[in-house]
Amino acid sequence: MDKKIRIVIAKPGLDGHDRGAKYIARALKDAGYEVIYTGIRQTPESIVATAIQEDVDFVGLSLLSGAHNELFPRVVNLLKEQEAGEIVVFGGGVIPEEDLGFLEKKGVQAIFRPGAPISDVISFIKSKTGSTAA
Amino acid sequence: MPDNNNLKKKKNIWEETTLNKVTSRFPARKNLVTGSDTEVDNLHIPDNNFSYEEKLGFPGEYPYTRGVQPTMYRGKFWTMRQYAGFGTAEESNSRYKYLLQQGQTGLSIAFDLPTQIGYDSDDPISAGEVGKVGVAIDSLKDMETLFNGIPLDKVSTSMTINAPAAVLLAMYIIVAEKQGVTKEQIRGTIQNDILKEYIARGTYIFPPAPSMRLINNIFEYCSAEVPKWNTISISGYHIREAGSTAVQEIAFTIADGIEYVRNAIGVGLDVDQFAGRLSFFFNAHNDLLEEVAKYRAARRIWAKIMKEKFSAKKEKSMMMRFHTQTAGSTLTAQQPDNNIVRVAIQTLAAVMGGTQSLHTNSRDEALALPTEDSVRVALRTQQIVAHESGVANIVDPLAGSYYIEQLTDKIEEDALNYINKIEDMGGMVKAIEKGYVQKEIQDSAYKYQKSVEAGDRVVVGVNKFTIEEPAPSGLLKVNPELQKVQEANLKKVRSGRNNEKVAECLAALSEGAAKEDVNLMPLIIDSVREYATLGEISNVLREKFGEYRESIVL
Repeated sequence: MDKKIRIVIAKPGLDGHDRGAKYIARALKDAGYEVIYTGIRQTPESIVATAIQEDVDFVGLSLLSGAHNELFPRVVNLLKEQEAGEIVVFGGGVIPEEDLGFLEKKGVQAIFRPGAPISDVISFIKSKTGSTAA
Repeated sequence: MPDNNNLKKKKNIWEETTLNKVTSRFPARKNLVTGSDTEVDNLHIPDNNFSYEEKLGFPGEYPYTRGVQPTMYRGKFWTMRQYAGFGTAEESNSRYKYLLQQGQTGLSIAFDLPTQIGYDSDDPISAGEVGKVGVAIDSLKDMETLFNGIPLDKVSTSMTINAPAAVLLAMYIIVAEKQGVTKEQIRGTIQNDILKEYIARGTYIFPPAPSMRLINNIFEYCSAEVPKWNTISISGYHIREAGSTAVQEIAFTIADGIEYVRNAIGVGLDVDQFAGRLSFFFNAHNDLLEEVAKYRAARRIWAKIMKEKFSAKKEKSMMMRFHTQTAGSTLTAQQPDNNIVRVAIQTLAAVMGGTQSLHTNSRDEALALPTEDSVRVALRTQQIVAHESGVANIVDPLAGSYYIEQLTDKIEEDALNYINKIEDMGGMVKAIEKGYVQKEIQDSAYKYQKSVEAGDRVVVGVNKFTIEEPAPSGLLKVNPELQKVQEANLKKVRSGRNNEKVAECLAALSEGAAKEDVNLMPLIIDSVREYATLGEISNVLREKFGEYRESIVL
């Protein structure tokens, strides 16, 4: 049997808007994934440490303060530096469309913007793992 | 007067005959609920046991259900106060001047996250966050720039600052002093509500006990020295934004209020000495009638608690005065112009609910910070409601509606159940430590989002009536070089000040913090005056008080 897919949902930066992150964490859990939620105010360093320690397949970042262009790429780079570049990074929050191209170039593989349904997140995860089961 | 049973019987007959005749052919929509999931009856009828004097009374009189002033907006309109701030103090200063020119009547300062959590702009933890969600304030110097040319004896200023509220208030006092305006003259509010930071908003620094002490220090200092200052704004806004229901919003906010009052009385303050300066802050959602009932219920609950539980004697101590902001969480990134309509409905709710001041959100806030144009539309929405809609000509205009009165009673009853439950747990600090409040809010948020995703709740433009639309353009962008500007300013401040004096003041503050009976306000004012930075002052307190760690509830 396949190993269960493990996902860390993290909040980098200093904003406390955790409604979206907690919703995604709980909905993914309900969909059968193993989910670790970090809580707010995490540094990119501590998120990467958690991701490696917990042996996850995905890191989902949520940020609503506008600091995404600085902090999301930093998580991707730190993962690569620590030879964990295979972990897929995705994100969500108040992120203007014009930043999407930049974030993609920096290795953030998907951004889910306000109003995106959980089914979009699940299809994305499935497309990356090539499996139909959680 | 017909008795109630008679009317109820007549209603039953109506249901079986007139109503049934229609619904058997054209079924009515089933299981209707309010925005907060309270069931909505098919028809409300008079309740002859309803006591006007006990439940409502007259405006400006106990229990203040109909409003805290006898004239309400027949006297003067609510204060139109747009929350604003971004980038540097210079940029924010010019936005404030623009808003005042456009007819805004009070200022509301948004600080960036490092400021709200007590870090200087050059702290490594501030990376990427400087100036993003509000203005960056590192020292008195920035605060002088922020209010440059704005007469502090003329405007009232609300500051959304919590954990380091004492420091920002100290800076404001000194800026005023330098303008020749005394502490007795300045008017405004600091949010200073740490409990909801633990519950929902996240900008806490210290653990509950020292945080409550700082709040008591502010209550005590201001009651003697800064009499027109609202020392706290007990906030349900962020609780609602985190996904609570309307009932939970007022219940948890009032439970926070009870905790503050109990604490202040516990250190020997007289309730009537500080309670008149307590203020509140609520959300305004789309379910207009439920929101109006919510504000009315909240006023009645608070008045009764202050009178019966805390034996307040002064009328002012029993009046719940509140600020309102329209609901950020109802704004959609899709078809953003629709948000103007949502904000207009929410404005009506706040005004018909008797708010003392109001911030209206801008249409583009699900996408970015608002531009000057969209802020103007938001302010105009308030002005249209004030001057054109007519709803401001009458006090508590929805009173006496069978539905509104019964919903007000229901919200009061449900909120009191929560409040009593929290009291039974030992008060709000205990309830937060257990994760009880956080869990209740999360469950509501989860349920709501599930119902949107299932299509049971319609959000126009999101899960129904959608269109293909081009990416929005012309969004406000904060200058990414800002951090460097702030760092350079900080360097200048640190080299231009008397560093020996700064060290002395910080040492005195550290000593004071170690003794529980010292009021820290004067020591913080001394430090700020010498240009000690917000980060330096906060670090001194961190060292003595420790830091709060979130208990993660999922």
